[in-house]
Amino acid sequence: MVVNPQFLDTDAIRKDFPILQRTVHGDKPLVYLDNAATSQSPQQVIDTIVEYYSLHNANVHRGIHVLAEEATALYEGARDKVAAFINAGAREEVVFTKNSSEALNLVANVLGWAEAPYGIRPGDEIVISEMEHHSNIVPWQLTAERIGAKLRWFGITDEGRLDLSNLNELINERTKVVSLVHVSNILGTVNPVETIVKRAHEVGALVVLDASQSAPHLPLDVQALGADFVAFTGHKMLGPTGVGVLWGRRDLLEELPPFLGGGEMIQTVTMEKSTYAGLPHKYEAGTPPIAEVIALGTAVDYLNGIGMDKVAGHEHAITEYALGRLQEVEGLRIIGPATNEDRGAAISFVLGDIHPHDVGQVLDEHGIAVRVGHHCARPVCVRFGIPATTRASFYLYSTPAEVDALVEGLDQVKQFFGV
Amino acid sequence: MQLESMYQEIILDHYRHPHHKGLREPFASQVHHVNPTCGDEVTMRVDLKGDVISDISYESQGCSISQASASVMADLLIGKSVEQAREVQETFLRLMQSKLDGPEFAEEHEEVLEDAVAFAGVAKYPGRVKCALLSWMAWKDATAQALDDTESGVKA
Repeated sequence: MVVNPQFLDTDAIRKDFPILQRTVHGDKPLVYLDNAATSQSPQQVIDTIVEYYSLHNANVHRGIHVLAEEATALYEGARDKVAAFINAGAREEVVFTKNSSEALNLVANVLGWAEAPYGIRPGDEIVISEMEHHSNIVPWQLTAERIGAKLRWFGITDEGRLDLSNLNELINERTKVVSLVHVSNILGTVNPVETIVKRAHEVGALVVLDASQSAPHLPLDVQALGADFVAFTGHKMLGPTGVGVLWGRRDLLEELPPFLGGGEMIQTVTMEKSTYAGLPHKYEAGTPPIAEVIALGTAVDYLNGIGMDKVAGHEHAITEYALGRLQEVEGLRIIGPATNEDRGAAISFVLGDIHPHDVGQVLDEHGIAVRVGHHCARPVCVRFGIPATTRASFYLYSTPAEVDALVEGLDQVKQFFGV
Repeated sequence: MQLESMYQEIILDHYRHPHHKGLREPFASQVHHVNPTCGDEVTMRVDLKGDVISDISYESQGCSISQASASVMADLLIGKSVEQAREVQETFLRLMQSKLDGPEFAEEHEEVLEDAVAFAGVAKYPGRVKCALLSWMAWKDATAQALDDTESGVKA
């Protein structure tokens, strides 16, 4: 990944985000460093939701009236925006889900149900990694248990990188699917997708990519990545909650069975049997999150307006600065890559023996929002022999001054607990 | 600063120097409880002599609130009858559910809560209430199991 580390004009950007103007605990300015959990939305996204419900609200793909047609046009327009944003080969390859978890559950389930050659069978192997979010572990555990398939995983090196030393043994001719996180939400590691995809396709395995922490932060080109499925979520990329995306290769989505049944996903229904709608509607049963999808389209417009290469450059610069400043803090240990190569803008750390919950509580008192805990990636904490971490995660509106505030806050934490 | 209302000196003392930590023999029952949202864990042992809590010991990892809570609880409940101990546990649970009224509630029930009144300030931090309750819930569970075993032992 080549990025040009260059700060964005955050003064101008921050004016678009009303929540960044508020104070907490009385008069303390909000220092929001929990972007890997959820990002904030610009006024444009908020206005889209208000405007939709004020002017266009109707159900999509049905009804011959003005509102229904407007709502449908806006909804499908958002699909075009998302498809272009990730360079999908066709708009039908973009399926709207509830979130990344649902997108990953969709794939794990339909691969379990599918006929040959894609269906997972007893004795087949599923490969994930130790640095997955629980949403890319549990669905595969469920499928493996149900079918009698074997779940295997990549380990993590001491530096917080994927351990590729047993790549060729781990991904072998029994491997049916490899499901991997693109950028780790807890370690910040950017994984070598190309290497994994090459090996997986050599043995005829499908590749699923959890792009929850990459789609918001890097230029994402699903065709160049070469994976077969890519999942991400709207609320981590300036959009609202309640909408996620599954991109899948068209031939696969056409071949695989449906996930949820219901309205919208059918062609004809008789009491005995149904036939299914074409893509992408086959995978969008029931009324979708219409306002959220349309607002996600606006979030994509906003990101395109800045430029994803510039977003990545800004985050690279801020991560470089944060890694340097944090490593000046005595007793602080970074969990994950301590250098900025192939690294995203989420930095986990432990501070001496002070429990992350206590760290987070004192930081909150100073208006600094970080995430503490195991970040839905408990196996990573187990791997590093720690109960939890404190995580600061940045985005396009994060500033060096906020990094300074964090470092000052950590000094207060140490003083408070007498370390 | 508001923080001091939660992190009372007595809490920080128990956190730095926990009482009754380290698993001990003999014990009538042992349970393991976790707080899935933050990963705090406690293994708790309870021993009974008749209807008296003769010992409580534990091994745990977690934040200052959860560690101090286990320590204060063990101090308070060892030597009490099961009935008295349950009253303390139920009062502590109500204290944790009292939200902003924690300090008033603690004052009203100081006789029952003793040192546990120090946790009154935790009640207004919803994210930390579970930390404070972890060991108390583990104790409740372990004691119920110990009593069950005793009863079935008597029947057998």
